[in-house]
Amino acid sequence: MSVSEAISEAGTVMPASQTGEPVLRVDGLTVMVDGEDGSRPVVSDLSFEVRRGETLALAGESGSGKSMTSLAIMGLLPKPAARLAGGRVLLGETDLARLGEAGMRRIRGDRVAMIFQEPMTSLNPVLTIGRQVIEAIQAHEPIGRRQARERAIEALNAVRIPEAESRLSQHPHELSGGMRQRVVIAMALALKPDVLIADEPTTALDVTVQAQILQLLKDLQRDLGTAIILITHDMGVVAETADRVIVLRNGKMVEENAIDVLFAKPREPYTRELLAAVPRMGTSRDRIPDAERRGAAKTLLSAHDLSVRFDLTGGVLGRVNRRVHAVEGISFDIQARETFSLVGESGCGKSTTAKAIAGLVPYEGDLILDGRNIGGLDRAGRKRVRRDIQMIFQDPFASLDSRMTVGDLVREPLDIHDVGKPRERNERVVELFERVGLTADQVRRYPHEFSGGQRQRICIARALALRPKLIVADESVSALDVSVQARVLDLLKELQAEFGIAYLFISHDMAVVETISDRVAVMYLGQIVEMGSCAQIFADPRHPYTRRLIEAVPVPDPNYERAPFIRMTGEIPTPVRKLNDPPERLTLQDVGGGHLVAEEAVRV
Amino acid sequence: MSATTEETSAGPVRRRAPRGTLRRLLSRPLAVVGLAIIGIVTFGAIFAPWLTPYGVDDQMFDGLTLQGAPLPPNGHFLLGTDLLGRDLLTRILFGARTSLIIGIVANGVSLAIGSAVGITAGYFRGWVGTILMRFTDLMMAFPALLLAICLAAVFTPSLWIVAMVIALVNWVQIARVVYTETRSISEREFVDAERSLGAGSMRILTKHILPHLVPIIIVWGTLGISVTVLLEATLSYLGVGVQPPTPSWGNIIFENQTYFQAAPWLVFFPGAAILALALAFNLVGDALRDILDPTQRGILS
Repeated sequence: MSVSEAISEAGTVMPASQTGEPVLRVDGLTVMVDGEDGSRPVVSDLSFEVRRGETLALAGESGSGKSMTSLAIMGLLPKPAARLAGGRVLLGETDLARLGEAGMRRIRGDRVAMIFQEPMTSLNPVLTIGRQVIEAIQAHEPIGRRQARERAIEALNAVRIPEAESRLSQHPHELSGGMRQRVVIAMALALKPDVLIADEPTTALDVTVQAQILQLLKDLQRDLGTAIILITHDMGVVAETADRVIVLRNGKMVEENAIDVLFAKPREPYTRELLAAVPRMGTSRDRIPDAERRGAAKTLLSAHDLSVRFDLTGGVLGRVNRRVHAVEGISFDIQARETFSLVGESGCGKSTTAKAIAGLVPYEGDLILDGRNIGGLDRAGRKRVRRDIQMIFQDPFASLDSRMTVGDLVREPLDIHDVGKPRERNERVVELFERVGLTADQVRRYPHEFSGGQRQRICIARALALRPKLIVADESVSALDVSVQARVLDLLKELQAEFGIAYLFISHDMAVVETISDRVAVMYLGQIVEMGSCAQIFADPRHPYTRRLIEAVPVPDPNYERAPFIRMTGEIPTPVRKLNDPPERLTLQDVGGGHLVAEEAVRV
Repeated sequence: MSATTEETSAGPVRRRAPRGTLRRLLSRPLAVVGLAIIGIVTFGAIFAPWLTPYGVDDQMFDGLTLQGAPLPPNGHFLLGTDLLGRDLLTRILFGARTSLIIGIVANGVSLAIGSAVGITAGYFRGWVGTILMRFTDLMMAFPALLLAICLAAVFTPSLWIVAMVIALVNWVQIARVVYTETRSISEREFVDAERSLGAGSMRILTKHILPHLVPIIIVWGTLGISVTVLLEATLSYLGVGVQPPTPSWGNIIFENQTYFQAAPWLVFFPGAAILALALAFNLVGDALRDILDPTQRGILS
């Protein structure tokens, strides 16, 4: 881990919000979308302005019209379905809404720039970073290649990309997600635009990377005085970066307020609901100790020395030359009726662990369910195990077969395992539907007719059908809006109390993990670095990585003073290693009360 | 923008399209046109002997001019006559039998072989997949026409042999397409979800992967009908297809193509018949693809 510099960023002076002159004014913006039942407005009569040096957040849940607003400003509405039906977008004296494509092309990038959510898709994978940055500069400024190259290096340095010059010849896939997003920001800011529209710029990134990118945006804004329109669903991000907030719902403005006022005294009930639904850190401290709540514990599943490795082939002969150590010798126990969480950033092996337990990837080591080793079972035995361990996936859109009715989907586990008579199965389906908060008349519909939250309920009903002892929930609420997320989490808790299910909860979201877990294990590069009860991990984190994860979570409170943050600029180490070069195994040490920490951290 | 439905209520029950695939097919004008053309051709093929006063091989004296040239369409011979004084309409009607059999049987067999190979290779991969796909690549690299000529030369040419030869040549592209599609479908998350429920390979293949392949199989199936009808025509032309005097739309065209300028109707009418039949199958295929996809339902009906 190459921590090259550590700079204290505590107490950065925010520019006083209402000082700069307005740069961009949106007046009565209305966007219509043609759908199956005629056209309907996705943004209606929206007006706001953003000033120089100010960050305005457009916050809202999916379908609130926040992305459509940004696309409308950029003149990038998806044609022909969406169109600008009215209103003005004034950049200085120019009305962008009337400018036409040729005029917009001169404005885009030069005066109004945009960053998108997924840095991989907004960079061209077959061109080098250098070529893309240089072309972006040359598209707007008549300067020579050499000069443009210097400007590009300058821009990459400004976003704190180490060894900027050598990066110019790299392709996007050679960089990590955070680095790619920096390149995108560098391209956006290279021409010093008046307005930067950032559409969920950190949603696809890990929390620690997110914290760095947000800090970077703030610093650049201070230097350049750019007005930023930040589009996000995350109230934590809003609180950390914005000066002013507009809360959107169904294309309409619900509330516009200064950041402190909005979080302290929200005017509208919807804003209050939205803020209440945000999972917050620090809730585990005053919770009833787990043991009392659950009664006597019994080990349901224990993993001993679990490893999952994937071989990578290369060269002309397709020989195995490298190996991904996705999970490297981890051990843990899950008690009956408890929620055990695995947290960590992308690539840490948490999802692979889930897949190994769900029987989707081959593993080494032992998985013992109710005293029986799953590994040595024959086909029928493995199938029986599936009745006890069920899985809920991250993406409720992708994990349901779109060509089956939802009733058939929920019935399917019963069919596969031949549970009961066909009539009874149908009754059970209705029962399950009602239990997860859906209605019996919805069974004949197809998955695409439901919203994200409803689909995840269908997935839950499906997982419940066989009355499993353990449900593996892999990022199961990450794709949902906060208010929906809160309700799905409540449902999961209720079901746990009712049926006595244990959950293996996989998440990258520390706040969600803290709200739902009894015990937590933190994973890093395929190994567990710290494990303990929820209170032990969150109130008394011992491993530096755990601390970093917790500190990086955006706090939905504008007055929160962020502790000095270690700024990482290097690349994250990868779990891909040469053959015969296994990573060093960490040994966990008990620091009291079953709180296990990797030894390296205890020694320090 | 995707779902805007509220979390708690799914809204009122949407008006549904009429149930049943055929009923839904009949509610689409273009599909009705396609079905009508297929119906007319099938009717003509079955009832050919009763629909025309002439025999299929009758070389009529009054079917030629005194100079021995074929007659253009007239009151007696609705679509004109060919070089031997045979009635063109009669030959097209009888030729429909050949074309339909080739189009449906040959194409059906090649679809079946292609899908089976593609699905097996795409789902199981490993060495089974490698062997199957390398074999497919080999077949693809082999000149199809040459193979067809060899096969047809070994077996005595007859309608059924021609159909089989065409099937053996044509399955390759379908296998390739189905293979790619199966690979991408079996990597989707819902397949993992099925596996985690304990579903076996057979169940995943038949209940989950096959339904997703239906659109692509239908599109290739309907496109394939025109391809096979044309391939039969080519083979007939080379003398290894359907043997004269049995008419097929293909061999009518090829028999007469040199007289295209003098007697354009001899090429035009059988050509139009091939075009209409291929178009009809495509129209029906397109409609079927939309109808069988639940996410398309209600948008176009």
